[in-house]
Amino acid sequence: MSSVVKDTHHDEHPSGIMRWITTTNHKDIGTLYLWFAMIMFFIGGLMALVIRSELFQPGLQFVDPQFFNSMTTMHALVMIFGVVMPAFTGLANWMIPIMVGGPDMALPRMNNWSFWIMPFAFSMLLSTLWMDGGAPAGGWTLYPPLSLQTGDAFPFLIFAIHFMGLSSIMGAINIVATILNMRAPGMTLMKMPLFVWTWLITAFLLIAVMPVLAGGVTMLLTDKYFGTSFFNAAGGGDPVMFQHIFWFFGHPEVYILILPSFGVVSAIIPTFARKPLFGYASMVYATASIAFLSFIVWAHHMFTVGMPLAGEVFFMFATMLIAVPTGVKVFNWVTTMWKGAMTFETPMLFAIGFIVMFTIGGFSGLMLAITPADFQYHDTYFVVAHFHYVLVPGSIFAIMAACYFWLPKWTGNMYPETLGKVHFWLSTFFVNLTFFPMHFVGLAGMPRRIPDYSLQFADYNMIASIGAFGFGFAQIIFLYIIIKTIKGGSKATDQVWEGAEGLEWTLPSPPPYHSFSTPPVIK
Amino acid sequence: MFLIKNLFLFISLMTTFSLANAGWLDLNMTEGVTDISQEVFGLHMLILWICVVIGVIVFGAMFWSILMHRKSKGVTPATFHESTSLEFLWTIVPFVILIGMAVPATKTLIKMYDHSDSEIHIKITGYQWLWQYEYLNTDVSFYSKLSTPYNEIYNKETKNVNYLQEVDKQLIVPINKKIRFLLTSNDVLHAWWVPDLALKKDAIPGYINEMSVVINEPGIYRGRCAELCGRHHGFMPIVIKAVEEKEYEEWLANANKVKSSDVAKINK
Repeated sequence: MSSVVKDTHHDEHPSGIMRWITTTNHKDIGTLYLWFAMIMFFIGGLMALVIRSELFQPGLQFVDPQFFNSMTTMHALVMIFGVVMPAFTGLANWMIPIMVGGPDMALPRMNNWSFWIMPFAFSMLLSTLWMDGGAPAGGWTLYPPLSLQTGDAFPFLIFAIHFMGLSSIMGAINIVATILNMRAPGMTLMKMPLFVWTWLITAFLLIAVMPVLAGGVTMLLTDKYFGTSFFNAAGGGDPVMFQHIFWFFGHPEVYILILPSFGVVSAIIPTFARKPLFGYASMVYATASIAFLSFIVWAHHMFTVGMPLAGEVFFMFATMLIAVPTGVKVFNWVTTMWKGAMTFETPMLFAIGFIVMFTIGGFSGLMLAITPADFQYHDTYFVVAHFHYVLVPGSIFAIMAACYFWLPKWTGNMYPETLGKVHFWLSTFFVNLTFFPMHFVGLAGMPRRIPDYSLQFADYNMIASIGAFGFGFAQIIFLYIIIKTIKGGSKATDQVWEGAEGLEWTLPSPPPYHSFSTPPVIK
Repeated sequence: MFLIKNLFLFISLMTTFSLANAGWLDLNMTEGVTDISQEVFGLHMLILWICVVIGVIVFGAMFWSILMHRKSKGVTPATFHESTSLEFLWTIVPFVILIGMAVPATKTLIKMYDHSDSEIHIKITGYQWLWQYEYLNTDVSFYSKLSTPYNEIYNKETKNVNYLQEVDKQLIVPINKKIRFLLTSNDVLHAWWVPDLALKKDAIPGYINEMSVVINEPGIYRGRCAELCGRHHGFMPIVIKAVEEKEYEEWLANANKVKSSDVAKINK
């Protein structure tokens, strides 16, 4: 009797805004993270459209070059730290406790804090747009000495990054603690869904590298305001050292942005192929290998800084090796589809789109690894095309696939299927229209981060700009679908998808406020 | 290895084909005018075609599966979910292909790092937002900056064909001689990039970076700053004019006179 009373007590929560501010519930916090990412997606998207408007034609039309540089810098910071990372943390919050058969995250109060730091961090970052000297314009990579020429925005930028790092580290600790401690009896590590596995590895990457970034940006701060010369050659410092520190963080960071998508896709493909995932164990090992390699390839971002030959060769070979485990993953997904009985609902479409376009990004990544060729690709639109292929139809498509896949579970309502498919096809068409021509202008010699370009690049830039606006407007459909599904729709079953397997599909749709108060039985 | 040889053949064929079709060149990396730039282009095409072949196989299998293995065709899903030999195979095969790429890449890289026997030494210094060229062991030195008029940038005049890739003073170098560039910066990072010479390296304050080149054909080669360096990063082009050795010697001998006659003109 007493336990029943206790349970209902726990289900009570304040209503209105206080529910969201004080919540320690993994689902509420997951929702907050996802909505935060959605808002930032549109803010970062608007910045991208400013960039693409200016680049629509040669010549300076709309913005000052300095503001243009602010836009490229802020677009990157917002999309990386404000969209992809929080969206994946939101998915982790929602799904990991359910997938491992636990009641909630291991550290619920810290969970609340790690989310609520984010709005402050981003208010601080976005407020720099109205400051003297403008928003940061030295690129998201913050290379000194240029980044030290930032005006009043500089300390705000640094502290915003500190806050984001703090939030990520706490989120990551929470995820590790949850996965290692909250699993239901019988849920051995090698029985965990791949989404849980990829997030476990991602969380370790976060814990390892976010402090490195924090250290690096703090050194920038003291160089600017406290007379140190960490990166100042005139004072005996070394500007290249910052690049090593930054990319020691930055390369694992790009896998932080992609590994959870591997987990999402590994959940969706088997569901709609109605066939178990091919090579589960090799998927786990491949993820771990990618994570390990991510720590020893950082200087491939710096092939042109003038490293010694041995350094260039080492980082070229190590980088090329990443193709092996990544290839294993792609082959496993394709083999999972092979001889399945597939249907193509929206999540499956986004997952297949992910595999195809992420692989295209992987190919250009392999090309970039070849040092002599990289001298021609480095800092051109070829690089821009490469990382947008792995981040937009890569990470972002995986996040959208996950939203469509689990939305019926989260809300209890089915989303409008036709509209979802329209969203997919428009997004796919426009994302390619935007980013594929960037390969061409990059190879033809257009550097990145320039507000104006010579005439031979005009045609493809115009096409890319049209694509960007199309992609932007297509995302309004996504927002509409999410809101419509939350408000109502045909009721989803517990199972939702015919081929769905895993603990989340054993709970009602929507699941109760506390997921598993008693541990489920694991087969 | 047989496969790789065939691929090379395929690539050289494709290259010839692409040369015949000028429109295609706008989409692709330049072959350039040095032996090394041509090797780099060859590497680029090699990797590209390897990727295309892998892509055709993988996506081919995938789309076959999408077409044939769909529920609407009434198929029953298979249940297999692992195969050690298959997984071993697709770990080893990519590894072997990678070695096939790494070997020629490393060879080219070693050549690019060989700066021995250079005959002409030019120091390049990056500034926000122009370049300084100093011909070492001579007293020739000058600054080179964008000469595109502001009216073209702000759309008040029609843009000329070399919009944003023209400078007030071109860097003059001889062909068929090994030139060594020493690269540094006076303020922030810059990168000196001329695609036709396959040269790109960062100009870093406190560092002197080295690169060298032998240009095979006379001509004007245009490049640009490739490392974000502030407000006018997009407006600091590079123009190199490669000339016959005799012409270069004449130019060098008169370079300072030209300068002093300019001064004389101003003094008039």
